[in-house]
Amino acid sequence: MIRAIAYLALTTFLAAATTSLLLVGTTQSSDPSAKRQLVKVLGISDLSLSSEARYTRHPTQADVFAAFQDFPGAFEHFPTGSMIPPRPIGFASQVRIQPSTEKQD
Amino acid sequence: MRRQLKILEYTLSSLIRRKAKNFSLIVVYAFTIATLGSVLFLTHALKEEATGSLTEAPALTVQRISAGRHDLIPTHYTTTIKHLPGVKSVTPRVWGYYYDSLIKANLTLIGSNNPPAELLLLDGNLPENPQECAIGKGVADAFGPAIGDNLVLEDNEQKSNRFKITGIFQAESSLLTNDLVILPETTLRTFFSMDPEMATDLVVEVYNPREIKTLAKKIKYLLPDTRPISRDEILHTYDTLFNWRSGMMLAVAIAALISFCILAWDKATGISATEKQEIGILKALGWETADVLTAKFWEGLVLSLTSFLLGILAAWIHVFVFAAPALVPLLKGWSVLFPKFQLTPAIDFYQLFVLAFLTIGPYLVCTIIPSWKTAVTDPEQIMRG
Repeated sequence: MIRAIAYLALTTFLAAATTSLLLVGTTQSSDPSAKRQLVKVLGISDLSLSSEARYTRHPTQADVFAAFQDFPGAFEHFPTGSMIPPRPIGFASQVRIQPSTEKQD
Repeated sequence: MRRQLKILEYTLSSLIRRKAKNFSLIVVYAFTIATLGSVLFLTHALKEEATGSLTEAPALTVQRISAGRHDLIPTHYTTTIKHLPGVKSVTPRVWGYYYDSLIKANLTLIGSNNPPAELLLLDGNLPENPQECAIGKGVADAFGPAIGDNLVLEDNEQKSNRFKITGIFQAESSLLTNDLVILPETTLRTFFSMDPEMATDLVVEVYNPREIKTLAKKIKYLLPDTRPISRDEILHTYDTLFNWRSGMMLAVAIAALISFCILAWDKATGISATEKQEIGILKALGWETADVLTAKFWEGLVLSLTSFLLGILAAWIHVFVFAAPALVPLLKGWSVLFPKFQLTPAIDFYQLFVLAFLTIGPYLVCTIIPSWKTAVTDPEQIMRG
């Protein structure tokens, strides 16, 4: 049964290594206070990831239809436009349909 | 226990007999898991990075929409907003984009007011005099200057402007500041030839964060051509940008999942003649159907669990040690300036369990079902083929 025991030992080692690596994040979490200070002072609203188009550089500030800026249904111009979709519709752009309060005769 | 160990021993011997096939299977399986795991780790770490630092983003940003597009906002809108109860301050901001034809990159120019004494992630200072600037690490790497050197940018009228670099943001802040050029607000207005009565947007700070939503509605009601963007919306955008429905997950993970399905389907549609013969011999030697199924269960578990653990380990190393070189081009696109980031390991265990459930479970089923079909057939018939 040497193979079975060796395999179980190897799997246990792999599982332990994976778990400890996964748990590293919880102990290694960097202090975000310095970054928060930057965000507060400079008024930063987005991550500086893709700078090829304004709707991928600032997805939170772009128009609701940002990924199709030239005309509705236009092909995507930039590769990251496929990776970074338009921002979700928030309360600023929600449409609320409420029942009419006027009485009908 | 001893019986299970003996069956596992037999299964391992059987797997070693077909080592070339099983080794290649583990490699492909682990690669699929590593691809899926890398996307999960990268998107979750980026989401954590965004939500961790953007909690201090402006409570409300008010833009003006004209002809369906973001337009400059008149600074007199501040008076209307300032009079709303609950508003602490309203600050007009000047910022915009600049394409530099020398390095062929887009920069983000931000106007700064009242610089504080010290920023923890800035080497040097924020600009205080009209011809000074502070730049991000990406801009510094692209142009190659150091603190004290000059940065030359062409303004709206194609005139060259020299700005003395007073500060460079540290690499640690690259995810936020990589392409930034900070200039004094008055300088930036002149640079963009912007009307002094206009601003790019307004930043509204409030006393009570619970009133943000109400204030946004009031601003929208009083100034119908504006679009208020709250801090919650900013955080929500990054939450959805990197969740399982994001473009990255759809583009990469779905392809990997489909390839895994093909792998599992190939396994489920039938077992090879050698494997059938092996089952027939085992049955002829006196193994029960349950024993054969236990052996096949162990076989599936050995292959899928080993591949899963190897794949997850590879994904972790790929994302958090090597900074995801295989996935970064997807986010980079045609960007010239892209931050060199080292992400803090952040794992969503729920997503990981879903991944394990979606990959180990189906593979086990796909291994056991065809074997069960063979095991219940008469051994003589199986061996005769």
